[in-house]
Amino acid sequence: MNNQKLPALLAPQTNWSERVTVALVRVAGYLSIVFVSLICLFLLREGLPALVNVPLLSLFGTTWYPIEARFGLLPLLLGSLTVTIGAACIAVPLGIGTAVYISEIAPQWAKETLKPLVEILAGLPSVVLGFIGILVLAPALRRALSLNTGMTAFTGALLLAWASIPTIVSVAEDALNAVPRSYREASAALGATRWQTIWMVTVPAARSGVLTGIMLGIGRVIGETMAVMMVTGNAPVMAFGPSALFSPVRTMTATIAAEMGEVAKGSTHYQVLFLIGIVLFVFSLVINLTVFYVGARHAARKQRLLS
Amino acid sequence: MNTNRKLATAHRAQKIGFAVLAGVSAITVLPILWLGFYIVAQGISAISWDFITTFPSNGMRSGGIMPAILGTIYLTIGTALFSVPPGIAAAIYLAEYAPDTRWTRVIRLAMINLSGIPSVVYGLFGLGLFVIFLQIGTSILAASLTLSIMTLPVIISTTEEALRAVPQDFRTVSISLGSTKWQTVWRIVLPQSVAGILTGVILGLERAAGETAPILFTGATFFLPHLPQSPLDPTMALPYHLFVISTQVPGMPIQIQYGTVLVLLVFVIAMNVTATMIRSRVRARRQW
Repeated sequence: MNNQKLPALLAPQTNWSERVTVALVRVAGYLSIVFVSLICLFLLREGLPALVNVPLLSLFGTTWYPIEARFGLLPLLLGSLTVTIGAACIAVPLGIGTAVYISEIAPQWAKETLKPLVEILAGLPSVVLGFIGILVLAPALRRALSLNTGMTAFTGALLLAWASIPTIVSVAEDALNAVPRSYREASAALGATRWQTIWMVTVPAARSGVLTGIMLGIGRVIGETMAVMMVTGNAPVMAFGPSALFSPVRTMTATIAAEMGEVAKGSTHYQVLFLIGIVLFVFSLVINLTVFYVGARHAARKQRLLS
Repeated sequence: MNTNRKLATAHRAQKIGFAVLAGVSAITVLPILWLGFYIVAQGISAISWDFITTFPSNGMRSGGIMPAILGTIYLTIGTALFSVPPGIAAAIYLAEYAPDTRWTRVIRLAMINLSGIPSVVYGLFGLGLFVIFLQIGTSILAASLTLSIMTLPVIISTTEEALRAVPQDFRTVSISLGSTKWQTVWRIVLPQSVAGILTGVILGLERAAGETAPILFTGATFFLPHLPQSPLDPTMALPYHLFVISTQVPGMPIQIQYGTVLVLLVFVIAMNVTATMIRSRVRARRQW
């Protein structure tokens, strides 16, 4: 931007020190690409040998027991899936409800209380959530639901719901705020109540932003490590159905965090842990690419609509 | 008559709907308030001058958490050193210089991806690149570098936003007075946006200070009998310390655990509140 061409005579003389500075700034600009490539490179470098050392079929096995060289990834995938779905079921309605309330309904004082609280939640270290999960939430759930242990997928899902709510709320709220005032006024002029306007005009108009918030929130849940490792009981077992939600599980992230400290560098186990890292990287890549293109398409559409 | 009833129903629906959403918001934030009060209530009795200035003793079960606090400060400073200058430079490039081309879109795509990568994957990457490949070893340096790359997208995007908020007129006037583009950026745009940049930097560092997973295999250690002597030494850190004492140490006194979580919380919330205060003060004073 801002590249107004000045007539050659008027253009200030750019000296060599400015050229160097600008070159450095440009290099910094490209750093993001460099780092994503480096991350990709090093994950592949350490993780790909696993595909050679472990038969592909046994990676799809149902037993994760590295001591006997059984590297079935399915229980870990299933664990991540269970916790993520559970967390999403809690976080999406709460997050969107809160975003709509803050953006469309809340009086000023409520807005000014809710927003900083959500921001503080966003900055809360996940190890703090895990700590409260161990000491308060898990025992409470065990008593309330009379389970054998409070360390279950559900406990993890509950905590991760709150870990992802700030993402959903802030992205969805931004999207709702970006809906032009005239949309709401037009709806009111047609006789709709504010409530009808919210669900039939404002939210649909902001839907790609709301969807982006949900996807980024889910991305946050899949990648969450410490809280989930501390409260889900760390049992890499295959469990299906609703009962799985109330039994111990182990996610992909927790497996890496729990086991990487104890493996020998370069061993098969070490390589498989990096392979799990690659899987997580690909998940986040897919989510963020989708968000990027949905966002870009929407931005283009909005430009067309508003111009 | 019929219309009247419809209207009444619509308004009743609105009343109920508003109440439900107020309730939903309460469910969302009340646990946060409760968490704050609960941790303060449980942890305050553990806090003492000794607690924050002495080494742990008796296998963590007594004594203080000074090396963990200091370690987190070291890591935060290290992260700031490695992430703030390139982050601001990258934002200047994106906001002031970058043409709207395919490569610029690729940069944005890369940034979005960086910010979405799970923290434990950053840990793996730090282990692979800094600890093993570059042979830095598990150390403050390797951990800070890992945290910096994780923090970079936050700093770039908030700084870019702050730079773009400076009105275009300021640049036009500066250029028309004969300054070069860089002089305009350095003397006009940056000073005008310094508060916004600071807010973003603090929020980014806040996240880094509370992270555990990226430093698990790159620089955090369970216990050190002495403080780290150089950036090449590993260090204790508050979040990792909290993780260890709440999961790995049998018979850990609950008092110390709550005290530790309170210190970490104060550390993080203090940064958060500082950032929020800077932002709101600037917004109140802004003339443009």
